[in-house]
Amino acid sequence: MNWMKYKWLFFIISALVLIPGIVSLIIYGLRPAIDFTGGTLLEFQFKQEVEIQTHQEGGQGYKDIREILKEKDFEVSSIQSSGKGAILFRMKPITKEQAAIIKVALAEKFEEIPEEIRFETVGPTLGKELLVKTLAAIALAAGFILAYVGWRFKNAKFGICAILAMLHDSLILLGSFSLMGHFLGVEIDTLFVTAVLTILSLSVHDTVVVYDRIRESQRLLPDVPLEQLADKTITETLPRNVNNSLTIIFMLVALLLLGGVTIKWFVAALLIGTITGTYSSTFTAVPLLVVWEQLKSKKR
Amino acid sequence: MKKQGWLLWFIILITLISLLIDLYPSIDWQLGKSRFYRDLEIKKGIDLAGGAHLVFQADMTTVGKEDQDSALKAAAENIQRRVNLFGISEATVQTSQLGENHRLIVELPGVEDVSQAIDLIGQTAQLDFRELKPEASQSPPEVDRAAEATAAVMLADYQPTGLTGKDLTRSQVQFNPNTGQPVVGLRFSDEGAQKFSAITQRNVGKPVAIFLDELPVTIPLVQEAITTGEAIISGEFTPKQAKKLSIQLNAGALPVSIEIIQQRNIGATLGIQSVQKSLQAGLIGLLMVVLFMAAYYGRLGILADMGLVVYGLVTLALYKLIPVTLTLPGVAGFLLSVGMAVDSNILVFERMKEEQRAGKPRKMAMELGFGRAWDSIRDANVCTLITCFILFNPFSWSFLNTSGMVRGFALTLGLGVLLSLFTGVVVTRTILMRTFTKEEKT
Repeated sequence: MNWMKYKWLFFIISALVLIPGIVSLIIYGLRPAIDFTGGTLLEFQFKQEVEIQTHQEGGQGYKDIREILKEKDFEVSSIQSSGKGAILFRMKPITKEQAAIIKVALAEKFEEIPEEIRFETVGPTLGKELLVKTLAAIALAAGFILAYVGWRFKNAKFGICAILAMLHDSLILLGSFSLMGHFLGVEIDTLFVTAVLTILSLSVHDTVVVYDRIRESQRLLPDVPLEQLADKTITETLPRNVNNSLTIIFMLVALLLLGGVTIKWFVAALLIGTITGTYSSTFTAVPLLVVWEQLKSKKR
Repeated sequence: MKKQGWLLWFIILITLISLLIDLYPSIDWQLGKSRFYRDLEIKKGIDLAGGAHLVFQADMTTVGKEDQDSALKAAAENIQRRVNLFGISEATVQTSQLGENHRLIVELPGVEDVSQAIDLIGQTAQLDFRELKPEASQSPPEVDRAAEATAAVMLADYQPTGLTGKDLTRSQVQFNPNTGQPVVGLRFSDEGAQKFSAITQRNVGKPVAIFLDELPVTIPLVQEAITTGEAIISGEFTPKQAKKLSIQLNAGALPVSIEIIQQRNIGATLGIQSVQKSLQAGLIGLLMVVLFMAAYYGRLGILADMGLVVYGLVTLALYKLIPVTLTLPGVAGFLLSVGMAVDSNILVFERMKEEQRAGKPRKMAMELGFGRAWDSIRDANVCTLITCFILFNPFSWSFLNTSGMVRGFALTLGLGVLLSLFTGVVVTRTILMRTFTKEEKT
């Protein structure tokens, strides 16, 4: 197969996915969770279906949940339906006693005592601390992976292209979560960072396999130009890359659709990363290498 | 060929042992007098079992710098004691220090009424010394710290002396220079020394009980009047018991007030739902992987599936043995590692296909496939292992996160990757060899 004929097409596909994400990152940024900002997350489960937005039905004396809580001096930053009959509140840090007041207020409104299924509070100092720790983990992991790539290839060309592919994957992941954050209210928490770090290593994992193949072919067939070797390598490694990712994707899709709610976005992040990682190791990392080579020979 | 036979038996043995561990909830062997007991329940984190995760900040302003470590340790020990009395069996209390911040991290699995638990934990320790009421029976109880049952009957016989934890400066394990026995030393403040001197003078030969949170921790007999403000409690202590007593006394001597700064409560129903959902998702995902491998690689795929079954059994056994506390992200890490476990098989099988296409005989193609793929398999997994290491933070470096959820994920994923190197390469290779050799003979 003459894959490299389409290399610009591959770059265009990447750009189409990358650009909206990057634009969103610049305009909207990311939406940090209470892990990092400090705050309270409170979730109640009702047996009946409950309406959060009741503005249109609201007649005289009919109050919205937000108004009820405002009267009791709670500053709620968001109220969300989180499943059938479940309501999720996000607000500034409150104590357990205050949470009990909210529970009573809700019980009065809906004439049913809800079950409190989640209560999470993070003090503001703790959030800042976690942010610092998380950045340290990212720096450390990225440093190790870069060092490994450098040591593994002992060649700037391969190393830099592998890192570019890795950057490609993490930008897509961050961009998509920025978009989802803006439109779906998805937040960035510690688990998301964990997913990013895992994806970085998975992305390098696949790229290592592909580049190893190219270098092996280079040794066996020293006279064949890189472009042809690249075609050969892609043909050889594509089934493996796709099959391997498919098995991972099977597991993640099952977990995303059927698994627990609390790790839904964590699994989503892993899934997006796995897909882009597979794509980039073949259709970004290899074409980058070929373009690099072409630029170099032009200069000569 | 001999080596292969040996490996096959080894794999069968490991699989059988794992299967036994997976099936039984506990090990309980009786061998003569020695009894070996090991609980084999899978430990569930609070997001699966329901419960509370609490972080308290300790106020160290009243405690001198050199005593801060002991004070924090004493506070942790005291909380552990309280929650145990409260009937929460699997509670864990950890201390953490970051710069000037001293913290206590408390995990209470299965607790429904968290407010009550927080009240219970949040109280500052109250230590006081009590003497027998004059009218109480003159026969003193035996000097025995552990005899709380008999002591409980006598509780009413004790009255406060006005000497409290505030008057105690410090408690420390010391060793009797003559016998080498561990003893617990007490040092009182000036005011405390005076009070203590008066108490011991009127109670020579009688017990003076030390109460922590209204319960006695030790009831020593006063042997002589002590006027120096330095007392020693001796007894048949093991060093460990002496240390525990001294920590408990320190909880009163170095009281720290604690304030809750982080709280995560998960209702028990949400936990049960999560377990069921994850199980369902895992089984369906696994089935898809197994079917895919069989459909795409045919007989080879079925052999890889056998390797995957061994992988599953051994992993589960390891979780029970280590023991790994499973959290939802931990489950995700495990499922991810199942997806990755067949990766080495796929790498090898694709290589084998190529070698066969190049005209090599099947068995040789297999050997070459394993040999050539090994480098890629090893290198590719190094990065994942490094990342798992950083996320798990095994040395609890304070500049990195020690969140239970992140650790749970890193641990299951890391274990999975290591194990899959074994099952994906050694196990599948041995099974393949065996089938090929058999076929050639017939």
